[in-house]
Amino acid sequence: MLTLRNVSAGYGAFQALFDVSLEVHAGEAIAVIGPNGAGKTSLLRAISKVIDVTAGEIEMEGVPLSGVPPHKVIELGIAHVPEHRRLFPGLTVEENLKMGAYLPSARHLFRERLAYAYELFPRMKERRNQLAGTLSGGEQQMCAIGRGLMSGPKILLLDEPSAGLAPVIVQQVLDLVRRIREEGYTVLIVEQNIQQVLRVVDRAYLLDVGRIRMSGPAAELLENEDVRRAYVGL
Amino acid sequence: MEFSITDPFLWETVIQGLLFGGVLALLSLGLNLVFGVIDVVWICYAEVVMIAMYSVWWFHVVLGLPLLVAMAGGIGVGAVLGTILHYVVIRPILDTPPINQLLVTGGVLFFLQGAATLVFSVDFRTLGVSLGSVSVGDMFFPWNRIAAFVTSLVTVAAIWLFLKRTYLGAAIRAISMDREVMPLMGVNPARIYLLTSALGGALAGLAACLLALLYDIHPAIGLSFGPLTFMVCVLGGLGNMFGGFVAAFIFAQFIALGGYYTEVEWGYVIAFAFFIVMMFVRPQGILGARN
Amino acid sequence: MIGANANLGLKLAGLVGLLFVPFLASDDYVLHIAISMLLWGFIYTGWSVMGRFGLTSLGHGAFVGIGAYVVTMLWNQAGISPWIGIPVATLLAVMVGLAIGYPCFRYRITGHYFALVTLALAEVARLLIVALRDVTGGSLGVTPDAVVGPDVPVSLAAIQFSSKAVWFYVVLGVWLVGLIVWRAVDRSMMRYGLEAASEEEDAAAALGVRVTRIKLVVTAISAAMAAVGGALYGQYQLYINPETVSGIAISLQIVFAAIAGGMHNQIGPTVGAFITIMLAESLRQIFGNQVHGLDVMIYGAMLVLFIIYMPRGVVGALAGRFVRRERHVPARPAPA
Repeated sequence: MLTLRNVSAGYGAFQALFDVSLEVHAGEAIAVIGPNGAGKTSLLRAISKVIDVTAGEIEMEGVPLSGVPPHKVIELGIAHVPEHRRLFPGLTVEENLKMGAYLPSARHLFRERLAYAYELFPRMKERRNQLAGTLSGGEQQMCAIGRGLMSGPKILLLDEPSAGLAPVIVQQVLDLVRRIREEGYTVLIVEQNIQQVLRVVDRAYLLDVGRIRMSGPAAELLENEDVRRAYVGL
Repeated sequence: MEFSITDPFLWETVIQGLLFGGVLALLSLGLNLVFGVIDVVWICYAEVVMIAMYSVWWFHVVLGLPLLVAMAGGIGVGAVLGTILHYVVIRPILDTPPINQLLVTGGVLFFLQGAATLVFSVDFRTLGVSLGSVSVGDMFFPWNRIAAFVTSLVTVAAIWLFLKRTYLGAAIRAISMDREVMPLMGVNPARIYLLTSALGGALAGLAACLLALLYDIHPAIGLSFGPLTFMVCVLGGLGNMFGGFVAAFIFAQFIALGGYYTEVEWGYVIAFAFFIVMMFVRPQGILGARN
Repeated sequence: MIGANANLGLKLAGLVGLLFVPFLASDDYVLHIAISMLLWGFIYTGWSVMGRFGLTSLGHGAFVGIGAYVVTMLWNQAGISPWIGIPVATLLAVMVGLAIGYPCFRYRITGHYFALVTLALAEVARLLIVALRDVTGGSLGVTPDAVVGPDVPVSLAAIQFSSKAVWFYVVLGVWLVGLIVWRAVDRSMMRYGLEAASEEEDAAAALGVRVTRIKLVVTAISAAMAAVGGALYGQYQLYINPETVSGIAISLQIVFAAIAGGMHNQIGPTVGAFITIMLAESLRQIFGNQVHGLDVMIYGAMLVLFIIYMPRGVVGALAGRFVRRERHVPARPAPA
């Protein structure tokens, strides 16, 4: 479904990704793991066209992303849940979810999808009129994921969903991801937290200093010595 | 109504102040919207209103169009002017120090004043529309002021509903909280800014329609209510539309009562002095700024 | 960059050249233009003493107005000589500047808010002048009682001179003093403290910079210079009205000219005066008095273009030096 071929990308003079290739097939859950500063967030930003791709191609269902302006990426079915959640603090939970459905094609399905989102996260329904800025970290993450789902995407990009959350909450978030995955969504997660995320996904890539070092089934990577070594000191 | 010991003319003044407050509230709406969303102060805001006032005059008095059509035209002119202002003048300096936006819109202030002088000369123009007055006891209230007041209340409510209920309204509120994230939801930030500017200009145009009913038109008329509008917005908390609304009525009362007890200018002096004092008592404005 | 000696040499040559202007000027009109450029150049230089540090005052119309009106009122109403009137006006302007400045600086009112508060100040001054119409003549303006005439060409006591050449040298002297003051602030420790504060005020304060105090000092200097300029303007023109010496329009004009010329340079603001006055006069020459408004329109358009394409001002752009950013602005990416 989503293909990256020899992608290099960066911020002006600073290059964050070097010759990255990966594939996400429909229905899969893929993780991109790696230590801090590996370029994981840059990877998702390159897909969302927030940063410039200097070489290589990114294709979504065969459609190349080059030439697609950033605000149209979502129309191709790619929903990006950004790092640090980035909810709108002054809007309520429900208004945040509404913003997720901003796409004209998503608007007339808003009510249904909202009901679905509340079913996935009952606690969100309780807090529907609460300002998003007042939610706890875990609740914000749930809400951010919900906002991503409101556009009815084909693939969900999750940027470090466990960042800044207590382990118990992380578990809840990842259980949610597993549940979403069971509903049939395709998911691409970037994470520092390998232990928990590798139990949720099918395959994973190891990204280090902007390059893919290794890839394979999640279970294998979990056992792999190099992977563990890459995380020494973490 | 009974006015036993109270001076009926005082009450008339207070209510006139209320009506004027409505107009000021409408004036402050457009400015607050643009600042709240884009973080830009249009120093030439009053001049946009002035141009729209001339447009209403032109459509109605020169072209002979019905008054309401002329007013719709005035609103349209305001919207177009706001859009052009943002696209041509503000966009290039959006990420430069804030002083630049003050100066660049100040330049537009002179430009618009000069243009109006050139095209319409400095003679006072009047819409020539008289709506008469309504009398309540010993008090007289001109219909045009009442119309202005009612229109502003309705408009404020309409804008509030728009911002609260519609998708575009949500996007406009959201973009001031986190601009970077907007494209992820399919929102083009540049387009939102343009639409907001158009809306701000349209609100200026609407205010112009009402002001044209109340005052004669002159190229420098912006200088008489421009600074006042800024004060209202800042006092209410720049970007805070509800705050501006409240501040407008406070200012209007100062001016009305000041004008009643002394001369008109003293009312303004007191209002401005009140503003300066309030800035020190509560720098973020009565109800706080948008952040 | 020009060497220090060459720099000094240029300046001395320029100064000598200026001394000859009254002799080279073909008529009084040319002299009038020269005097206006130097006088307004002085006022703009005064503004830039605080403007260059991010203290963007849109209220200098208040100080100019105070200078002009206090001196004229004391003279007309009480016969008090401008020699006393000017210090009084200057003191008053400084006090007003400090009164507004202190709360602003202490409560960190900056940016838009500071600009709008100062704008309110300029408007209060204008409205006050109009409101006190019995004394000030209101919108119609007022003329200082003239003691000079055909028999009395010079009155030192009243600071009135009928000869433009004399005025030229007076204004030239004042202008030079203004440049010296500017240079003194530029060379002082305050300058570094203020530049640091305009980037990161907390950090500067933590380093021991008495931020509020030095801001007040430059504000006082700036207000004083504006007041003196306003007073001289009144004495020279022998006519003042609230629109030309106070209010938002003149305040904006001051800011524009200073920035258009380049406020980080000693003669930048004067260049700004040169540009704006040349522009206004040539437009007047070209279009005469028939086409009202076109000059103001072009003026406004040029200002817009200046800010968009030459935010460092003419001198800054020409000099090509690296000029430190005026204020620290948190990075905000442009809309996609």
